[in-house]
This record gives sequence, C-alpha cells and structure tokens, in this order.
Amino acid sequence: MEFWLPVIYMATMGLALLIYVILDGYDLGVGMLLPWAEEDEKDTMIASIGPFWDANETWIVLGVGILLIAFPMAHGIVLTHLYIPVTLMLIGLTLRGVAFDLRVKAGDHRKGLWNRAFFAGSSLASLSQGWMLGAYVTGLQSNLTSYLFAGLIALTLPALYFVLGAAWLLMKTEADLQQKAIKWARVAILPMGVGLLLISIATPLVSQTIADKWFTWPNLLMMSPIPIFTAACFGIMLWLLKNPARVEQGQGWILYAATVAVCLLVSLGLGYSLYPDIIIGQMTIWEASASVKSLLFTLFGVALTLPAIIVYTIVIYRIFHGKAADLSYD
Amino acid sequence: MDIDPFVLARIQFAANISFHILFPAISIGLAWFLLFFRIRFTQTGDKAWEYAYFFWVKVFALTFAMGVVSGITMSFQFGTNWPGFMEKAGNVAGPLLGYEVLSAFFLEASFLGIMLYGKNRVSNNIHLISTFLVAFGTTLSAFWILSLNSWMQTPTGYFIEDGRVMVDSWLAVIFNPSFPYRFTHMLLASVLTCAFLIAGVSAWRALKKVDGPATWKVMRTGVMVAAIAAPLQILVGDMHGLNTLEHQPAKVAAMEAIWETERGAPFTLVAMPDEEARSNRFAVEVPYAASLVLTHHMDGEVQGLNDFEGDHPPVAMVFWSFRVMLLVGVLMLCVSWWAAWRLRKGNRADRLVLRALSLMTFSGWVAVLAGWYVTEIGRQPWIVSGVLRVQDVVAGHSAATVVSTLFGYVLLYVLLLISYVAAVRRLATKPAESLAMGPVVFTEDSHSRQQAQKGGA
Repeated sequence: MEFWLPVIYMATMGLALLIYVILDGYDLGVGMLLPWAEEDEKDTMIASIGPFWDANETWIVLGVGILLIAFPMAHGIVLTHLYIPVTLMLIGLTLRGVAFDLRVKAGDHRKGLWNRAFFAGSSLASLSQGWMLGAYVTGLQSNLTSYLFAGLIALTLPALYFVLGAAWLLMKTEADLQQKAIKWARVAILPMGVGLLLISIATPLVSQTIADKWFTWPNLLMMSPIPIFTAACFGIMLWLLKNPARVEQGQGWILYAATVAVCLLVSLGLGYSLYPDIIIGQMTIWEASASVKSLLFTLFGVALTLPAIIVYTIVIYRIFHGKAADLSYD
Repeated sequence: MDIDPFVLARIQFAANISFHILFPAISIGLAWFLLFFRIRFTQTGDKAWEYAYFFWVKVFALTFAMGVVSGITMSFQFGTNWPGFMEKAGNVAGPLLGYEVLSAFFLEASFLGIMLYGKNRVSNNIHLISTFLVAFGTTLSAFWILSLNSWMQTPTGYFIEDGRVMVDSWLAVIFNPSFPYRFTHMLLASVLTCAFLIAGVSAWRALKKVDGPATWKVMRTGVMVAAIAAPLQILVGDMHGLNTLEHQPAKVAAMEAIWETERGAPFTLVAMPDEEARSNRFAVEVPYAASLVLTHHMDGEVQGLNDFEGDHPPVAMVFWSFRVMLLVGVLMLCVSWWAAWRLRKGNRADRLVLRALSLMTFSGWVAVLAGWYVTEIGRQPWIVSGVLRVQDVVAGHSAATVVSTLFGYVLLYVLLLISYVAAVRRLATKPAESLAMGPVVFTEDSHSRQQAQKGGA
C-alpha cells in the first residue's frame, strides 16, 4: 500500500492534467483564435465551447487538487516556486471566464472590449501554463538554461492549443469558418511540431536525471515508439490538412484525434522521465505523500466518482454533438 | 519595502476569498430558486414562471462563472500563500477539498451546460434533473468546504505525529462541533442573499416600469422566502454563537469586546475597542444583555479577553464586523416582513416598499462578508484553532512580489465586480420582451397596482 498508493495518485494526477490539456486546450485555443475571425464568426466560435468550458476547467482543479491531497509536501514547494506564473494564469483564466459571459451581457458597445479580454485572458493563461510546465520539468531551477527551456515550452503549449482549437472548429463549424480553421491549423501545426522537436532535444540537455534515463539500454529501445508514433501523427495531420474536401465530408475529427494522440504520447514520455520523482532530482512521490489513511479515504472517493465523472462528461458531449448552434438559454 | 510580507499575504488571501464568497453566496441559493421556477412552470404551465427562469438563469450563468474562476484561484493560493498549511494539515484539508472537487464541482460545472443550453436537446425531465443536479452540486460543494472551514475552527478527530496532523476518525473530522451550525448558517445566508437579490431586482424593474407578471411572481417568491428565512437565520445565528462560546471563547470575547471576565456583562452597542488600553472608548452599553444572550442568565459569567492575552484576535475588526452583520440581519427581517405584509395575497406593493426592496438588493453581500470576517478574523492568530498558527505556515515571498500580485488581483477584482453589478443592472433595466408581456399599469395616486392583463392568460 505504502508503495502503490503514491503511484496510483501520480497516475491519476497525470490523467487529470492530460484531460485538462486536451479539453481546456481547445477552448483556450478557440479564445486565442478569436481576433482572426469576423464578428459573426466570433459568436459561432464562442457558441461552440459554451456548454463545455466550465467543466473543462474543473480538470485543472482536480490536477492541482491531487497534488495537494496526495503530495502535500511537494504542493507547497511547486506552487511557491511557480508563484508568478500561477498568478498570471489565474488572472488570465478569471478574465476569460468572466469575459465569456459579459461579452453578451454587458451591452453591444462593450462587446469588442470583452472579446479582446477573452483573447487576452486565453493567451495569458496558455503562456503561463507553458511556462509552469517548463519550469516543472527542469526541476524548478532558477538559472538561465531552465528559463530558456521554460520559455520554449511557454511558446509551444499555446501552439498546441491553437491546433486543438482549430481542430475543434473543424468539427463544430461549417463553410467559411471551417475553411478558416483549416488555414489556422496549417499555420499553427509547424511551430507546434518544431517546438515539440526542440523540447525533445533540449530535455536531456537540461536535465541530467532524464538524460541518464533515456540513453541507457534497453530504455532507449522501449522509448523509441514514442517519437515514431508522434511523427506518424504529424503525418496524418498534414495529410488531412492538404485535403480540405475530407474535412468538409466530416473527417475533421481526425485532426483532433491525432493531436490528442500526440498529447498522450508526450505525457507518456513525460511521466516516464519524471517517475518516481514528484520534483525531479529533489523529492520522490513517496517522500512527498500524505498518510496512508488519508490517501485511502480519498481513493475511495476517486474510485467512486471519477468513472461517473468520465461517463457523464461523455454523455454531455454526445448531447451537444454536431455543429455549433446559436448560443441561447432557450 | 518595510511592509510585513505576512500581513500582505493575509490581505491578498482575504481579498481573494472575499471576492470569491460573493458569488457562491448567490449561486447556492439561486440554483434552488431556479429549480423552483422550473417546477412551477412544469406544474402550472404558466409562461410567467418560464420567463422568470430564463431571466434568472442568465444571472446564474454569470454568477457561476465568477464563482468558478475565483474558486480556481483559491485552490492554487492554498499552495502559493500558505504552503505550511498543506504540509502540516494536508491529511485533513486535502481529502475534504478533494471530495468537494470530485463529488460537487464536476457535477455542477458539467450539468450547467445542459441547464443553460440543453433545453432543446433533452427532454423536459432531463432538463429538470440537470437543474436539480446543479443545485444539489452547489450545496454539496458548500458542505465540504464548510466542513473543512469548521474543522479549522473546531478541530476534532485528529492526532499529531511528527508535527503533522493525522486523522483518527473521519466522521469526527467532517462532523466537527461547529460544522452543523456553520453549514446551516451559511445555507440560510445564501438563501437570504438570493431572496433579496431577486426581490430587489424585481422591485427595480417595477420602479422602472419594465415589469411583467413574471416580475411580480419572482418578487413575491423572494419576499416570502426572506420573511421566513430571516427569523430562522437569527435563531440559527444565536445557536451558532453559543457553539462558538463553548469552543472558541476568545472569538466571542472579541465579538463583544469584553476585556475582563465578568458576571452580568453588558452588551456593547457601539464602542471604539482600544487594543493598547485594553478597554472600550465611547461605549454605549445595555446592562446585563451580553450575559443574557450568551448564557441565558442575567448574571452569567462571560470570559473576557484577559484570559487569552497575546492569543486573541484583533478586537475592533471582529467587534465591528459582528455589528454590521447584526444590523443588516435586523434590517432584512424588518424589510421582508413589511414587504410580505404589503404583498400578501391580492395586494400590490407601493413605491416605498419597492424602493426599500431595491435598496436592499445586495444587502446579503454585506451581511455575508461581515459574518465571514467575524468567523475568520475571529480565529486569528490560528489557522487551525489551537493547533497551527498562521505565521508558521506562510510562504517566504518578498513583500515586493506579494504587493505586485496583490495589486494585479485587486485591480482585476474591482473591475470584475463593477462589470458584474453593471451587467445585472443592465439585465434588470432592459425591457425584455418576455418579461414585458402583460404590462402592469402603475397608478401613482392610489398607491396600488392594477394588472392590465393577467399573467399567463
């Protein structure tokens, strides 16, 4: 139990954060794409994320919640170190969450202002999350290399969100806006790919712990499917974007699925590189964990509710399946 | 910079939590009012109830969004501001917060989508159930959060091992001594906040002559609920106070600014509590009243602050917050009973009642904030009463760092609060076609209202 509980929690935390990136990633992406759309298209774009964004954001609360529940010793260290980016992310998330509602409720003369706030909040939150991820992977160091690395991820994660957002719009919109989304995806996919490639090269360079793990036999062989499959996913994305006719025929979901597959592969690589540390090179998951009794008590709740949450999330996505309609409460 | 970062961290957390509580205080109650409107529509088929639902669901969506985003902020600030709290009390705080996210937060955030946008996509029953689940979720969320907060006030069911809190009995942790009182007090506070909000906005609409049958139905609902909840709240508040006296006597001594333990203690109506002189200046007192309220005996002994020297909360802030809460509570009771009397079956409220109601629109916010200041500042200098001090868990950020982020947060919160109230005001002033249906003619001289067209006809 003492061995397995922290492992289970680390896996669950990873799952929650992965789901967060996949789900809130598309609505943050849609927010960042907003300035490039026409006025009426903006309404459709916002409508496409309306029923989902509240619940999407809940996954990050679960992620940080598990860090707090299962690894209280690391929770404080991670969050105090990331104080500034966390603050910026929270300000960004707050601004966009409120702008979502106020853009239609504050009056037509203010709509442009709140649209910009929605864009600014989405961008700020995405950049900060990227920075946080980068700082975390390099073990919360305060030196130039880790800042550069964090900066690199701070730009790559928004690129990934752009692609997710565009991919979401391929599924939820039609005609002109859909064509625009294809264009947006084409633009964003390159920086995303280059960013991921650079990160893969840089990771072993900035972290000796990770380098040792990657470049030993047979680890190298076991890891090799990750870059191969990721490259395959990129091939599929590029192929789809070269064939707009397929998107019109309703195959736009392939882009979203391929991006999700990339996220999954990256997180597998990340999880493998970090394990068994909660703060790389400083603290293992066992050193950071809460008491067995507390972990068991919460595990009961996780086992009971998490499957239910996943089921009703799927049901709700099915209810709102299809092209985005006008957003109204009637 | 010579400002203590510890004080700044507290101000920052207080700013965030004060901003946050405004929105759950509305959404917990409003969710149940919305469910009531939906059920009434299903039962009667009266369109007015449906219009009431559509109008208030817009306010609910906005309020909920504000609550979600400021709530996410809270979940991070436990770690950014008070890392020692999670390190030392994480075995209790973690699971309770975890259960809140898993059982309540996901439920409300997910089914909100159906509640807001799903009416044409699901059956009436599924929509009703979704509305219920959102209301249930908000209340369940309050259950867990207040359980944790109450445990921090009156901790039970734990023991200390290697400086960390370990759980002995989860039942004793969750249902700690002050929890049932605080939970009931907060739920009633939310119901009252919301009742005055919907009655106040409806009265505003009536004054602006953008009202319809739905407006009056909503106003009547708000006023009647407030008239019942206000006296109940005073009763529960008294019981909560007695519970505090038993478990946190220092807080009660600060609430009443009683410096020396005494028999037959007077109730101080107003005063300037002076921490230096350890006495009250300019005090106006009602003899024996504090003893009577607290011990239910004229000459009952009330413990004074002298028993807790160096370990009691700042007196003036707790003393005044308590009086503000009491004052708003009494006002709520008077206005709701007066309005209920005026609005009783068949009667129409006059302009004066409508003005009073619209002035009281956000009165719940004042009472809720004041009440929370009493209980939270009243817990100082402890973060977990008798177990863990606030100063021992604070993060070591520099004053400059905290000042800059505090500035950012406060700027954002002021902007958002203004925008929120402006949006509610705009919704309330807009003559929505649906709500304007069945115009109500207002006759100034007779101080009575006549309905030109019966609602739902």
